[in-house]
Amino acid sequence: MAEVTGSLAFERLRDPGGRIATGARVVPVARATTAPRTAGSVRFEAVSKSYRTVTGTVRALEAIELTIPAGAIFGIIGRSGAGKSSLLRTINRLEEPSSGRVLVDGEAVGTLDADGLVALRRRIGMIFQHFNLLSAKTVRQNVALPLAVAGVAKAEIGPRVDEVLRLVGLEDKADVYPSRLSGGQKQRVGIARALVTRPEILLCDEATSALDPETTLSILELLRDINRRLGITVVLITHEMSVIREVCSDVVVLERGRVAETGPVWRVFGRPTHSATRALLEPLTRALPEDLAARLQPHRTPGAALVLRITCAGEAPDLAALGAAAPSVRLIQAGLDRLQGRAVGRMIVAVADPDPEVEARLRALGAEIERIGYVAADD
Amino acid sequence: MSPQMIDRLWQAGLDTLVMVGASAGIAVLGGLPLALFLVTSGPGGIFPAPRTNRMVGTLVNGFRAVPFIVLLVALIPFTRLVTGTTIGVWAAIVPLAVSATPFFARIAEVSLREVDAGLVEAAQSIGCRRRHILIHVLLPEALPGIVGGFTITVVSMIGASAMAGAVGAGGLGDVAIRYGYQRFDTTVMAAVIAILVAIVCLVQLVGDTVVRRLTAR
Repeated sequence: MAEVTGSLAFERLRDPGGRIATGARVVPVARATTAPRTAGSVRFEAVSKSYRTVTGTVRALEAIELTIPAGAIFGIIGRSGAGKSSLLRTINRLEEPSSGRVLVDGEAVGTLDADGLVALRRRIGMIFQHFNLLSAKTVRQNVALPLAVAGVAKAEIGPRVDEVLRLVGLEDKADVYPSRLSGGQKQRVGIARALVTRPEILLCDEATSALDPETTLSILELLRDINRRLGITVVLITHEMSVIREVCSDVVVLERGRVAETGPVWRVFGRPTHSATRALLEPLTRALPEDLAARLQPHRTPGAALVLRITCAGEAPDLAALGAAAPSVRLIQAGLDRLQGRAVGRMIVAVADPDPEVEARLRALGAEIERIGYVAADD
Repeated sequence: MSPQMIDRLWQAGLDTLVMVGASAGIAVLGGLPLALFLVTSGPGGIFPAPRTNRMVGTLVNGFRAVPFIVLLVALIPFTRLVTGTTIGVWAAIVPLAVSATPFFARIAEVSLREVDAGLVEAAQSIGCRRRHILIHVLLPEALPGIVGGFTITVVSMIGASAMAGAVGAGGLGDVAIRYGYQRFDTTVMAAVIAILVAIVCLVQLVGDTVVRRLTAR
């Protein structure tokens, strides 16, 4: 048999019934056992969670209303203790909400009986910060476990384990014990174990927090690849904004158990509306240049230039139009990025000899303008 | 030493091995399920039953509190019920097993408790039922500790079996008391001590080797 690359083989085996690609996402069109559906969406309806500790009642989640669309890479971000982990764990009911419902593909998770819950969990893979691999089992045995406990025939388990190990690039480590692996390799085993049941959703609980930056990137790349090729909804928690920026399509910012804001990453990052989001974005934002900050004054003096911050979220600024609107505009600092095909970033410009209408003209271009202050002309 | 004495020591050694072996087997069969129950039935466990858990815990503590020599005598009616006799090797196996089971259960419980809760969570997340968690997570992950604990149990049972002479079960301890102590036969005393030391060392060696094999992964 001709050699097939791992992921191609995975796709072929995953669904012999055939799948069609729509855009970047692969959608299952037929399944042998279940009716066709948009698999892998999650909906939170008024989900609250509180628990008692010695110091009093902690409200981990409060009235969460949120939809995670099928096929998304959905980021959950927030400070420590914001309720990220609790929210994620309600999806496969490792944690029970105190009130409200969680729906996976329209099915209420909370009302499932023991069998229903096991069946649900086989449709939802999960990976962990500390990998949680069984030290007494080899890589192969770890990855085979979800199938073995599901009663899948031995003859079928072997090829499926090989297939996911190829997908994560660990086919040569099948028979070693996890203690012999590096952190990145352990997480790959975790991913293989989570994918071997061919889930529709993959939950990642701080999956890259214990890894170095380089390994983090390779794991994120793998997650993106899995999402794109297999159409699996990925829900990931992180406290690293860069992780969200790297892979996510949508994001929710949690603050003290509540949704601070949610939306596509380009919009939330480009135009954060909540202070919690701004605080989290702080490390990614460039500070005002020091020399400029030192000379900044709040009021206009003769000959001073007007300093403006132009925020972009969506459209890249039209520089020619900018120049036409403010003839003597000078670029001081700029950081512009493309997220999901949208321009996201900020520019700081100084307008010499500003007339009173300059800001209005710039706004008319559709740019979001914020006056920072005035700075006296260079000596 | 006379040939009769050597015969006597040989027979006593066999008696000790039978007593310890049989009751150690019972201790594992009884203690391991007991330990699993104590770990999994506590609050937040996978089979939560806090009240039964507390009751069983108290019972285990009760048996652990009674000194073996007292237990040996106190259990005589129970021993007669089980074995039909109150003297001899089999009569000693009953109290030995009854004493070793809670001891081993507590030691195994510690090892089981040390299994990372994250592993149980991971197992749940991949669709493991509770019995799968016992078989695939708790027992295998705790196995090195359980084997180490079993070694400790066996060694302390060899010590306890010396008291079995009190119910006429014989064994090495009995020979040491009757001949070595009461008849001032220092050679017999020394021989018994040497044999006991050798047995304990051997048990410990085997236990340690198995633990090393299990952890060298």
